[in-house]
Amino acid sequence: MFLRIREPVEAVTFSFDGRSVTAARGDTLAAALLAAGVETFRDSVVGGEPRAPYCLMGICYECLVTIDGIQNRQSCLVEVHEGMVVNSQHGARLVTGRADR
Amino acid sequence: MPLLDDCDIAVVGGGLVGAALAWGLARTGLKTMVLDGGDLDPRASRANFALVWVQGKGLHAPHYALWSKASAERWPAFAAALAADSGIDVALSQRGAFSFALSQGELDMLAAELETIAAETNGAAAPYEILTAEETRRRLPLVGQDVVGAAYSPADGHVNSLRLFHALHTAMRHRGVDYRACHAVERIEPVDAGFRLAGAFGTIFARRIVLAAGIDNQRLAAMVGLHAPLKHSKGQILVTEKCRPLFEYTSATIRQADEGGVMIGDSEETHTTAIATNQEISAVLANRAVRVFPCLAEVNVVRSWAGFRVKTRDGLPIYAQSASHPGAFIAVCHSGVTLAANHALVVAPQIASGALSSDLAPFHSGRFHVSENS
Repeated sequence: MFLRIREPVEAVTFSFDGRSVTAARGDTLAAALLAAGVETFRDSVVGGEPRAPYCLMGICYECLVTIDGIQNRQSCLVEVHEGMVVNSQHGARLVTGRADR
Repeated sequence: MPLLDDCDIAVVGGGLVGAALAWGLARTGLKTMVLDGGDLDPRASRANFALVWVQGKGLHAPHYALWSKASAERWPAFAAALAADSGIDVALSQRGAFSFALSQGELDMLAAELETIAAETNGAAAPYEILTAEETRRRLPLVGQDVVGAAYSPADGHVNSLRLFHALHTAMRHRGVDYRACHAVERIEPVDAGFRLAGAFGTIFARRIVLAAGIDNQRLAAMVGLHAPLKHSKGQILVTEKCRPLFEYTSATIRQADEGGVMIGDSEETHTTAIATNQEISAVLANRAVRVFPCLAEVNVVRSWAGFRVKTRDGLPIYAQSASHPGAFIAVCHSGVTLAANHALVVAPQIASGALSSDLAPFHSGRFHVSENS
């Protein structure tokens, strides 16, 4: 759906739902996933509908994903990093009481 | 002169109280109109915490304890009738509620109040238990170490209050209620065999009226010989992102809505009329919530808002018919969700019949005159 205007000068590799994705250093995670052809970032909590980024500026909360085990991160506000483990967000946040903070 | 729009009975205010009464009045067959204010009017119906709550209500007012309990018991039938008329499920859940104590003093006070209410109602109030810290954590493993105990009552519950609001409006239109948005009533003139209600919208004639205008009742009541002294009571609420079920009961300060968001609330400010939320109060709410459920520390807050409670000077509802202008009724209360079942199924039919029952006499606004004169 989206095409890069130019090829990445410096590539960064991360995983999304177990597959390897290459992005350009400096990409937001949302932009990197869109450029890699990902169309569904999460399922909506109430209706289970597929969702993808909408505003790309931190307002709409449509682009939520799980990053390195932390659920409900806004992928449009996070820069990609080498080795990041990203998973699509399914359902509401699971509150465990065991978060590392 | 052109004929005025007219109705058997006009409800002034289309919030939870007005809509519940209007639906109940229309169910009795009356030609009912609702004159509602504007979108930006202060609306407790859009800011409330959505509890169907009995626990601790009615200290030194046993009639209020029993009135609240009766409404909670009536809620399942009310929700079913509402669903039949609106097609909307308001997500009523009545599994009981915990009041968490973060100090021994808080627990002692909870226990003393519930014991007093039980005694003042001769044991007819809702049942309750006082739980130790261990017993509280046995029932709710996510409760934190700062909780020294809790009160639990099986009578309490909650709903999705925005859906309740929507359901009441859908149901009242289904019953033929003539709902008028942006019809803020500025003046009420008692005339022959009825009342003339006037505002920027024009004038409407109603044979009878019910004032259900929240905090504006104070102003409107005086126009028809009624009295509704209110006090300021601002409440603030935090809402988290939607989470999977973590608390299947409810409490006065923390509840998880049916769709997963955790609502944190129950602040009260009495000396402000500013609607903006106050960060320091948000911090206190969040801190207490995290002490009760430490796991909430990992959850994001996505919204907060403030609203004004409709609180009478003694905190109890007012239900009255004007002595000087019969046919003018008033309903004022803080607990528009809890009491919605009573309003639709009990108070509305009484208003339709022309008189409030003697059971409601203790809620008459005349009680304020007594205290003012003494």
